[in-house]
Amino acid sequence: CKDSLNLEPMNDVTSEIVYRTPLGYQQSLAKVYGSFALTGNAGPTGQPDVVGLDEGGNADYLRTFWKAQELTTDEAVIAWGDAGLQDFHQMNWTPDNSFLRGLYFRSLYQITLVNEFLRESTDAKLASRGISGADADRIKAYRPEVRFLRAYQYWSLMDVFGNPPFVTENDPIGGPLPKQIGRAALFTYIETELKAIEPELIATRAANYYGRATRGAAQALLARLYLNAQVYTGTQKNNEAVEYSKRVIDAGYTLDPNYRKLTLNDNNTSPELIFTINYDGQRSQVFGGTTFLTHAAIGGSMQASDYGVDFGWGGIRTTKALVNLFPNPTSSPDRRANFYTNGQNLEIASLTTFTDGYALPKFQNKTSAGVAGTNLTFVDADFPLFRLAEMYLIYAEATLRGGNGVAGTALTYINNLRTRAYGNATGAVTALSLDLILDERARELHWEGHRRTDLIRYNRFTEATYLWPWKGGIRDGRSVENFRKVFPIPAADVTANPNLVQNPGY
Amino acid sequence: GSISGKIIDEANQPLPGAAVFIDGTSLGTQTDVNGNYQISGIKSGNVSVTARFVGYVEQKKQITVSATPQVLNFSLVPDSRGLDEVVVVGYGTTRRADITGSITTVTTKDFTKGQITSPEQLIAGKIAGVQITQGSGEPGSGSNILIRGGSSFGNNYPLIVVDGVPLDQGGIAGSPNALSLINPNDIESFTVLKDASATAIYGNRGSNGVIIITTKKGESGQAKVNFGTNFSVATLAREADILSPAEFRDLVTNAPTNTTVTPALKTKLLTQLGNVDTDWQDAIYDNAITSDNNLSVAGTYKKLPYRLSLGYLSQDGLLKTGTLDRGTVGLNLNPSLFNNSLKVNVSLKGSLSNSRFADGAAIGTAATFNPTQPIFSGNQNFGGFFEYLNPQAGPGVNPLVGLAPRNPVSFLDLRNNTSDVYRSIGNIQLDYALPFLKDLRANLNLGYDVAQGRGTIIVPESAGFAFRRFADANGANKSGVNNQYKQERSNYVSDFYLNYVKDIKSINSRIDITGGTSYQAFEARNYSFADFSFDGTIRPNSEPNFPLDVPQNRLFSIYGRMIYTLSDKYTLTTTVRSDASSRINPEDRVGIFPSAAFAWRISEESFMKSSNVFSDLKLRVGYGITGQQEGIGNYSYLANYALSTPTAQYQLGNEFFNMYRPLGFNPNLKWETTATSNIGLDYGFANNRITGSIDAYYKNTSDLLSNITQPAGTNFINEFTYNVGNMTNKGIEMMITGLAVDKTDFRLSLSFNATFNKNTITNLTLVDDPNFIGNRFGGISGGTGNNIQINSVGFNRASFYVYQQVYDANGKPLDGVFVDRNSDGQISDKDLYRFKDPDADVFLGFTSNFNYKKFTGGFTLRANINNYVYNNVASSTGTYRNIFNPLEFLSNGSRDILNTQFSGAGDQYFLSDYYVQNASFLRMDNFNLGYNFGQVFKGTGNLSISGNIQNAFVLTKYDGIDPEISGGIDNNFYPRPRTFTLGLNLGF
Repeated sequence: CKDSLNLEPMNDVTSEIVYRTPLGYQQSLAKVYGSFALTGNAGPTGQPDVVGLDEGGNADYLRTFWKAQELTTDEAVIAWGDAGLQDFHQMNWTPDNSFLRGLYFRSLYQITLVNEFLRESTDAKLASRGISGADADRIKAYRPEVRFLRAYQYWSLMDVFGNPPFVTENDPIGGPLPKQIGRAALFTYIETELKAIEPELIATRAANYYGRATRGAAQALLARLYLNAQVYTGTQKNNEAVEYSKRVIDAGYTLDPNYRKLTLNDNNTSPELIFTINYDGQRSQVFGGTTFLTHAAIGGSMQASDYGVDFGWGGIRTTKALVNLFPNPTSSPDRRANFYTNGQNLEIASLTTFTDGYALPKFQNKTSAGVAGTNLTFVDADFPLFRLAEMYLIYAEATLRGGNGVAGTALTYINNLRTRAYGNATGAVTALSLDLILDERARELHWEGHRRTDLIRYNRFTEATYLWPWKGGIRDGRSVENFRKVFPIPAADVTANPNLVQNPGY
Repeated sequence: GSISGKIIDEANQPLPGAAVFIDGTSLGTQTDVNGNYQISGIKSGNVSVTARFVGYVEQKKQITVSATPQVLNFSLVPDSRGLDEVVVVGYGTTRRADITGSITTVTTKDFTKGQITSPEQLIAGKIAGVQITQGSGEPGSGSNILIRGGSSFGNNYPLIVVDGVPLDQGGIAGSPNALSLINPNDIESFTVLKDASATAIYGNRGSNGVIIITTKKGESGQAKVNFGTNFSVATLAREADILSPAEFRDLVTNAPTNTTVTPALKTKLLTQLGNVDTDWQDAIYDNAITSDNNLSVAGTYKKLPYRLSLGYLSQDGLLKTGTLDRGTVGLNLNPSLFNNSLKVNVSLKGSLSNSRFADGAAIGTAATFNPTQPIFSGNQNFGGFFEYLNPQAGPGVNPLVGLAPRNPVSFLDLRNNTSDVYRSIGNIQLDYALPFLKDLRANLNLGYDVAQGRGTIIVPESAGFAFRRFADANGANKSGVNNQYKQERSNYVSDFYLNYVKDIKSINSRIDITGGTSYQAFEARNYSFADFSFDGTIRPNSEPNFPLDVPQNRLFSIYGRMIYTLSDKYTLTTTVRSDASSRINPEDRVGIFPSAAFAWRISEESFMKSSNVFSDLKLRVGYGITGQQEGIGNYSYLANYALSTPTAQYQLGNEFFNMYRPLGFNPNLKWETTATSNIGLDYGFANNRITGSIDAYYKNTSDLLSNITQPAGTNFINEFTYNVGNMTNKGIEMMITGLAVDKTDFRLSLSFNATFNKNTITNLTLVDDPNFIGNRFGGISGGTGNNIQINSVGFNRASFYVYQQVYDANGKPLDGVFVDRNSDGQISDKDLYRFKDPDADVFLGFTSNFNYKKFTGGFTLRANINNYVYNNVASSTGTYRNIFNPLEFLSNGSRDILNTQFSGAGDQYFLSDYYVQNASFLRMDNFNLGYNFGQVFKGTGNLSISGNIQNAFVLTKYDGIDPEISGGIDNNFYPRPRTFTLGLNLGF
């Protein structure tokens, strides 16, 4: 009878079976990447990776990252009453916030997957499984890619939560409680990792590398890291920000002539995108990601079919702080001003009323040619985590901040963006200032997940020097406590892991 | 010579099947269906005649037999002591006198009468410490059974054993309730084992108590036929309290405009006010007819006692279109062979049920759908049903308004979800008294429980709720549903035990030793199917990776029990069970579950025998350790990978890949452990005219199977099952039964039980953390991700975790104003507090039966005190924001809005303690009245009729449709009907 109690599942398999073949490695690699885009093993919902939360709303990386980065700023407000959701714009979130919990555990989940993949793809493991030659080489080449994903997630944790727990492939599953890492030490780790993998990653966007991490992605993340080094470590690294943004700029990416296309279904063909989270309406279904960004932005008198989807969810809009960055915003010569104003009020009387605040259908389930996606619920558009325009902006800002870039080049880069936006040179500027760069970043990169980081770098996130509608929960805005520049470590993990010390103020 | 006569019971009703025999001879017989007997061939002279019937005091009478036939009638009285009565205790039986644990038996005569379609309802309210809450009013729906507060966070369902076959706890696709597939009319008795000294023999499945169901067996003598039929009408007891069309129109028209109801929104939505009055609840509910027919034949053919029963139930649901048709067959054969040394018990039960499930979505939408719009639109679109149409129609535009509710009636009429479920439970039990050692018996039990459920869901293309569900591979919109589902379950058990019983007169002792093994294997076969539109077009990428999955688990156990009784006064019972479960890693697989209990029959002491006060007095003390392994996944200790579905692929380069995901696991998982102490007193006064018991218990569950946060980075999932936490349940329960009136023509018995239970969580974390608020759960409707309950140390399980509402001078709750409990100047989740919980502090049961001449009657009352319910219907619909839905349609809502005027802005009002309401109640579960015509058809038959009201009334202050909500969140509850039943019973 003893043996008859040793049972195994019928369809799930052990790691030895998974990693017996190169295909198994590819399918594991797909999971490491895919946990950026998907919330679980069944699309759109049903087998969540991060449990105990609403799978589509609270456990998707991009959706929760976006809420932390955008809803807390002048760029976005949301109409819904989900628990803790209004806390973002009102700036009174707590360690129990379930979106922050989802974001935190999602980031560390992807890191845990990376660690497992690295453990299973060592030379010794490959040899023991009889995988050699070209197969082995291909699998080894995945290793710097997943290390990039881990570095990205540690950057995300460092930026959002400051001082997360730290685990690598040397920490086995079920091992001792992870130690907490300080923000500055984590900065060094990410920097070291990215520099180590930079030469190992494939140099350019080869045809079969769409959605995969290339050298440009590592360099772009380094540039972003250095630009914010003052915030993360207390020391500016503007020379490095110049250097790494330049490396990307010189790597062969070009601005897409059509700004609108960057957030539409055919953006996968854009020459500007450096690294993306990939979505597919038929095969990669999720209620987060660009599906959220498209549906939630539609409400009021907007016609869902105009944006390639079946229904609007009536959620996210923007404030006049963003709108007023554009000249004549309702019919602006700047094509990046893509507001929907019919029936929408510029002023926000109520955060929870969709028609208060201009709508912003930046992400759509349509191609630049106007063809709707094949699935009217799940959007095809990929999300640009890194694109060339950001590198131009980093180069210019780091130069202005004292980095050793060339001032004339910086101006050219900014005017490249503005020329694309205006369709001609009428939008060109003649001089740069840090304020102009911040505004230009909002005009160019709004709703792409940068705004909170930018405002913190400019000391305008919590301070009284810059207020926006409903900042801190009051109509005209107010300053809030400085500790809100980092989010709290979710209470759930502080309890589970006594090594963790909560961030100050929480 | 011969003797004949009649045996009647305390109600002057005939007692069929009673044994009558001449002492000291082999002469004897059983009474027929009319209670008559005749024994002939008796030698003349003085004889002693004994009449005996299970559950009644044996009676002896002397008579002188001569050539003239003599008449000798008996009138038996119930034996509430039942000391020699045999009680089922799990792996055998024992004498009631020797019982040391807390065990309650309820037999046929005390079952609740009326339209009972699921067996557990037969004993609801009748046993202290046992709470049986009918899940909902849906046909065939199951009940939540909780014995002494349960022992877990997750699964608190007791182990149920039918004729020696422990049932699989899992449900089966297409049947809401596994127990509902057993015909209640086939059940002879329920025995409920409550304390650990009684349940430890079931080891790692004993923590939540055990219910042993015994079915009716064959009877000796000629075939007796019984036919019973019930006809009943179920009516809606209470509707959700929503705005009437007039109130709705008034409220919408006069709504003040503000930030929630903006002028633009109001202007737009005023156009949606129609000019009809529709009662949507009336449109989805209807009186429902049930007919339940049972035929049984029992007797002995040659030497083979048998009982065959057939049942047919046809039940309609209150929610229109829902139906359940169930046929059952039961066969019991219990021959004795080899001079009664081999007793064989064959039991086979089968059922086939055919259901159509009414879509519960109709309940919620009927409560919120615009009451000024008609049911039917007047045209043929969308099945003729009114739907919200998109005003900006055009090519490529969906004609329906997105995210708007769909017509409530359409969910019923246009969704055809039908299922067939087969189930069979059977076993053969061989009990052999070994010839070389008379007192030793060997018992072999082989049993099975198999079920198959399959069904189809068909929705036509016209249905608004299934309109344009997906685009096919060519991008064409596809509507409707044409899907199937299927599941099979099986469970095989084999038990073998030896039982040795010996009276050792020399030392005035009796020993009863049992030892044995049990092996049980569970298997499910879960089939997966692709998703199809009505016309049979497959939804792209919906083909399952694996069309079949077969999860399994097994148990292997060794157990022993020794009962030692000295002088019929002192009894010591010890049990031990060793369980090995396939769900646990091989090193830690085996658990040992011991118990010991002692009983002292004080009334047998000489100093008490002279007392006239107590006719029976027994003190019981017991302690035991039990386990619980439900809640552990079949393979949770193994590290495995699972492949993603075709709609969860990821694109790398130009290719899409299914993803291989490592699964969360815990190699150290094991069962929960509950240590129970029990002290009880059984008593009888006034020659046992008043009997009862009182028990106090203390249960401490440790290693709770908790879903806890995994320290980030240490597992492949953020929450997983671990053995963490402690919880206690302490309580007092008492039962008292008395014969209030005992006259020839009139008898009245009263029975009352009360249970006080207090649940407290005492630990939740591996490492002590005073700042840990607890685990939040209990998702509610309204917002996304709002949880209303929490498990916290020092509080009752599932306490509500809410904001403290502020009220104005008139007691009206102020919109969005809460107490800043931590005084930090803002209202955040740090101001949430624990307020009440869904568990009743006290629950009571009160039953009465009476006989007056040929009338019989009775009722069952139940009460819960201080159970709280979160009124999710009021909180999610009773606001302006709900009525003026920002997605631009009007919705109806709870009349609570007239009290609160809540705007519905923000996310905090959902969590107001205003919505946590006291749901204490008194319910009359059952009221029945019957009349026995006695002999009909020239004495060949016996006829009785009965009338019955179930759920006759509920007294409560709670505002929702029903105060009795398992789990404590009241959201679109399928109403429990009030049922009127006429019954007829005919015996031959």
